Formats: sequence, C-alpha cells, structure tokens
Amino acid sequence: MKFTKLAAVAIAGLMAAAPAMAELTFTSLSYRTGPYAAGGIPFADGYADYFTLLNERDGGIGGVKTRLIECETGYSTEKGVECYEATKGEGALVYQPLSTGITYQLIPKVTADDIPLHTMGYGRTSAANGKVFSHVFNYPSNYWYGASIAIKYLLGENGGDLSGKKIALVYHNSSYGKEPIRTLEALAKKHGFKLTTLAVDHPGQEQKSQWLQIRRERPDYVLMWGWGVMNQVAIQEAINIKFPMENFIGIWWSGADHDVAPAGAAANGYKALTFHAVGNDFPIFADMQKYVVDSGKAAGAGDNVGKVLYNRGLYAAFLAAEAVKTAQAATGTADINASQMRDGMEALNITEAKMAAAGMPGFGPEFQVTCANHGGPGSGAVQQYDAASGSWGMISDFMTPDQDVIQPLIDEDSAAYAAENNITPRACN
Amino acid sequence: MSAEFYYGVEVFLNGLMAGVMYSLVALGFVLIYKASGIFNYAQGVMALFAAMTLVGIQSGQIPFSHVINAIFGTHVKDFGWTVPALLAILLTVGVMILFAYVVERYILKHLVNQEPIILFMATIGLAYFMEGFADLMWGSEIKKLDIGIPQGGNAWIEESTAFLGGDNFYGFYLDTLDIIAAVVAIVLVASLVLFSQYTKTGRALRAVADDHQAALSVGISLRTIWVIVWSIAGFVALVAGIMWGSKSGVQFSLSLIALKALPVLMLGGFTSIPGAIVGGLIIGVGEKMFEFLIGAPFLGGATENWFAYVLALLFLVFRPQGLFGEKIIERV
Repeated sequence: MKFTKLAAVAIAGLMAAAPAMAELTFTSLSYRTGPYAAGGIPFADGYADYFTLLNERDGGIGGVKTRLIECETGYSTEKGVECYEATKGEGALVYQPLSTGITYQLIPKVTADDIPLHTMGYGRTSAANGKVFSHVFNYPSNYWYGASIAIKYLLGENGGDLSGKKIALVYHNSSYGKEPIRTLEALAKKHGFKLTTLAVDHPGQEQKSQWLQIRRERPDYVLMWGWGVMNQVAIQEAINIKFPMENFIGIWWSGADHDVAPAGAAANGYKALTFHAVGNDFPIFADMQKYVVDSGKAAGAGDNVGKVLYNRGLYAAFLAAEAVKTAQAATGTADINASQMRDGMEALNITEAKMAAAGMPGFGPEFQVTCANHGGPGSGAVQQYDAASGSWGMISDFMTPDQDVIQPLIDEDSAAYAAENNITPRACN
Repeated sequence: MSAEFYYGVEVFLNGLMAGVMYSLVALGFVLIYKASGIFNYAQGVMALFAAMTLVGIQSGQIPFSHVINAIFGTHVKDFGWTVPALLAILLTVGVMILFAYVVERYILKHLVNQEPIILFMATIGLAYFMEGFADLMWGSEIKKLDIGIPQGGNAWIEESTAFLGGDNFYGFYLDTLDIIAAVVAIVLVASLVLFSQYTKTGRALRAVADDHQAALSVGISLRTIWVIVWSIAGFVALVAGIMWGSKSGVQFSLSLIALKALPVLMLGGFTSIPGAIVGGLIIGVGEKMFEFLIGAPFLGGATENWFAYVLALLFLVFRPQGLFGEKIIERV
C-alpha cells in the first residue's frame, strides 16, 4: 500500500516536472462591459470562437493547440495597457488592442518587446509604412483608405463625376473621428466636390445642431465617422430630418447590427463600409455550429454568430491563424514565438484559395503584406442594411483606394513619426 | 426676413426643446438634493436602469438570464410574451419604488448624520453597483425603446411655416418627440409643485427639506420621506430614460445624460424645481445659439458641451446659489 502511494506521488511529481505542452497563445483585449460592450461582445465572441473551432476541428494550427487569454479593458486605455503588461509574459503571439487609444500606447512597447500588433481598421493609419513601424500591422484597411473607398463608391454612383456635389462628414470629435478629414479634403480638391465637416462631441447623445445644419445645407451625401451612442443617435436624427438613408454612409465602426437596432425599420437602406463579408452564408458557420456552439464551447450564448462584428472578430482570428501558418512554414517550427509571428505577418499572403479552405470563400479581399507595406491594399466594400430581413448585405465588390492621394499622406506622417522618435527606417529590399 | 433669420429662430426653438430634455434629467437631482442634501451621482444610472427595466418588462425578457444560463447551462432568454406599454411603465414604477426602499434600507439609513461628502461618495458607489447590476439583470445589448411616442419633424409645423423665408427656407423643424417631452415636463413640474404645496406628504417633504431636526421633532418620519423622494426621483428618471432612450436606444451611454444636467443645476440651483426648468431652457438655447452663430462658422463646431459649462460658470460668478437656489447663509 505504501509503495503504491509513493509510486503515485512520484508519477505526479514527474508529470508536474515534465515540460508544458506547446501552445500557441493569443490574447483578446476585449470590452464586454461598459458603454461600448454592445460592439465589444460580438467581436470578442467571433475572435474566441474561431480559435476554439481550430482546436476542436483541426487540433489547433499545425498540430499545436491554441490558447486564448481574454483580458477585459472596458475600452479604457489604462486598462488596455495593464492587460498588455499582465499578459505579454504568457507568450502572446500578437495583440489586437481594439482601440486607437490603446494602440498608440502599445506601439513603442510592442516594438521594444518584439511582439507584433495588429490594428485592423483602426489605430495609427501611417503604421501601414512597415519601414518605420516594424511591429505594427493594419491590413487589410485603415481610415484613410476607408475615406477613399467611400468616395470611390460615390464616384461609381455618379458616373465617375462628383464635381459640384455636396458631401458632409459627421464625425466624432476625437483623433479617431478626425482621421478622414485630410484624405477627404485632398479628394474634394481632386474630384471637385464641396466638403462640409460637422464635429459631434463625445458621447454624441445630443446632435440636434449638426442635423439642423445638414437639413439647412442639404448635402447630397453624408459620411459618418461615429462611435458608440453617436451612431445610433445620428441614424435616428437622419431619419427624423428625412435624409435619404441610401445617401448616408458610415465607416465600418458605424455599421453594426446594434447601430441600426434602435431605429429599426426606418434605418432601411443605411450603408456602411466594411473590409470583410457580412452574413452567415459561408461554410465555416456550419462547422462553427457543430464544433463550437452545439458542443457548448462558444464564447458567448452563440446568438452573435453571423453578426457584423462577430464576423470581424472571426476574420481577425482567421488572419492571425494564417500568419501563424506562414510563420510555421517559414521556420519549420510548429510552436512559433512572437518574433516569428511578426515575420509571418510580414510575409502573409491571403488568397482566395486560403479563404475557401477555411470555409470563408470571398470573405475578404486577397492581399499580400510586405516589409514596406503593412497596410495591405486598403480594400473595402459597401454594405447596406435591409430592415425586412434585419440584416446587412454586401452591395459592392471589394474596391481598392486611391493610392495616389493616400500614399503621400502615409509617407509624410510616418516620416514625421520616425523623426520624432529617432527611428531609422528599415531598408526593405 | 431672410431664410438665415428664420433658421436662427429654428435653432432657438430647438434649443428650448433640448433644454427641456436636460431639465428632465436635472429634476431628479433637484428632488433628492432638496429633500436630503445629497447630490445623487447615481441619477443618470437610475435613468438607465429604469429604461432597461421598462424595455425588459415590455419585451418579456427574463431578468438575469445571462447569469442563469452561465450557471445552469440553459438557454433561457424571454418568457415568450410582451407586456403593453402602459402596464410595463406601471410595473417599472413599482420596481423604482422597490429600488428606493432598498436604497433607504441598506444605504441611507446607515448614513444618517454623516457629512454630505460621505453621502455623495455613497451615491458614487451606488452608481457603479447599479451599472453592473443592470448589466447582469438585462444584458448589455442596445435595445429599441418603443412605447408609441412618435419621432421626427412635425409635418404640420414644417408645412405651415414653409412660406416664411423664401425658397431656401424649408419650414421650422421641431421634433415631435421633443414637443411631447416639453408637455410631459410641464405636467411633471406642475404635478410636483401641486404635490409639494397641497398634500400632507408634500408639506412633510418641504419640512424635511427645510430642517431635518425640526421635521423629526414634529413626528415626520425621515426614512419614509426619503423613500418617497427617491421613488419620485426614480419616476422622473424613468421619464428621462424614456425620452432620451427613444432617440438612442436603451444602452449604457444613457447614464451619461447626467453630464447634460450638471450645468443646468449650476445655473438653476440645486434646490429649485422651476430652476431646473428655467436653467435647462437657458442652457439649451445658449449652447445651440452659440454653436449656430459662433461655434460652427468660426470654431470648427462641437462647442455645445463646453459652452454649457462656461455659461453656467458665468452665472455662478454673480449668483453662486444659482438663479433659483436658496441663498446660502452661514451663521458663525
């Protein structure tokens, strides 16, 4: 009896001393609480569920299981930085801070710690310049590209001519909201439309002045760079002044299911930009139901599957997983580290074949990341809300932005950052 | 008259309407401050909680369903019925009365005779607790609030004034929801004034507001009065939550409407119900006209938030107790 007990203790000790099983660690700096939780929850669910699916269906990535560490930021910059500091020692391969404020704080930290940062459709736009921002990636699109995509779409709607048209930009009065102004001013000069900018103070619950001005000036189109409650109020105010919904286009952070929910049927026809597909008509969702939702392993209640921001989280996780595969193939190592992940992200090549293999055909644009270009092609599309079905649908193909206008802006801004921070741009050959 | 002049008038009218919306929030602060000397930091969250409860009851949502599902692995969400708007409002009022009782029983009762700053800190704690509690109870999704109040520009006003100002004037825009909010605010203030002037409970309430010790000495129950006042403040919060929530949907940002009430209180005084209304109107008109005449054309817009506070501070310099506040007399 004594021998058996001793043997059991010895075996337990050996097991404890054995090296931990390899894991690919991801972090989710989520915001499931606070004023922005309605958007944070579906994104976090989509991000988590994709990694769960890979574990359950494929046994992980390249035979190595994934592990997701979720840290609640409440969309607070301070908490986001705390989350980073608390989790970076866990072997995190990549950070997706989901906040421009947190992004700005983390840029110098991740560069020093040799961990890549992926800010998909937010963050510092000029980080697309990989020569200056070695550890920051913002593919497949960013705000400046978004502004250009919106104008390109409107050009298509107007036979390629916007001269004499009036376009108003309603924006959140913050650095985020002001991002598209320079691009739109340059595009206004190029295409001859009149641009009016209308700032809305945070949080944006009261927008009467801005919408009275729109009613007075009668612009042909309204673009919106909104966030949080500002989106829902703006859509309602536009409905109140009878502004045509089909002429109202929001950025991708102003085009989620919860943005149109309060207005309901009256929001029919409202448009928004996107850099990924919407809806649940993709093969991956059958697998998601089978391996994740039905088995009770979904991050949430499973009721966000297919929603706009769920798909965005899913897409972010897909891009991260593809970067892992790229790094694994390049290094011949399944259990990669953060530095190798950065290299994988820099060599990422998203093709239709890869998306189809993941059960996501046509889910996003095809693109290639390079040492110099961390922003990808900047592709984006337009989605529209259909109140009858209560869902969003794509109404355009993925379009590429006007690089002639934007690339000089990226070069200028990134050069200024490099000068301020004594960074010598890398030579990307 | 030019179209520009009439648009100025339109901005003025909309400023009045916005002011009424601010006043609805400010009223709740005034009621509690007047009766107990507490600046209730939780008033904005009370509006949020009341609106969430209303929508939850109306849509037949099971309270704490997220918690139940997480603990028991179930997938319950709603009862499968909907409740008529009026009944849902009555039930929500009941919940707010219960809330008032709980606040008195578990917080205020234990803080009698404490410094005002202690009571203020307690309401900060209450605000954060309620935010989390509401999240657990009803979830954090943005919900549509629909109790049948129409929204959008009033077509009759628009059409009947379109002849003014020439071709470039499209008639006065006034949101029907704002007009209804103004009527509700007038009825609410009149009711509160009549209640406090002509009912026994109202007189007791005023006695407590004047002097706690004296009121206690003549047999008025301070605790009962506090429950009544917090109940009325809960009802006012529900009205504010309905009006603001109709525009933005019911969501956590609703608690931030309290920020719009602060300059109103500074200007109108913390102890005057009419002051909350007049203060709201002055702030509403002031910030909208400033944005129209100076902010948007010369300063890049978005001046309303800070200008409201500048306006309130200007009044404070000349009248620290606010326009209608009771004069502060300290005897040494």
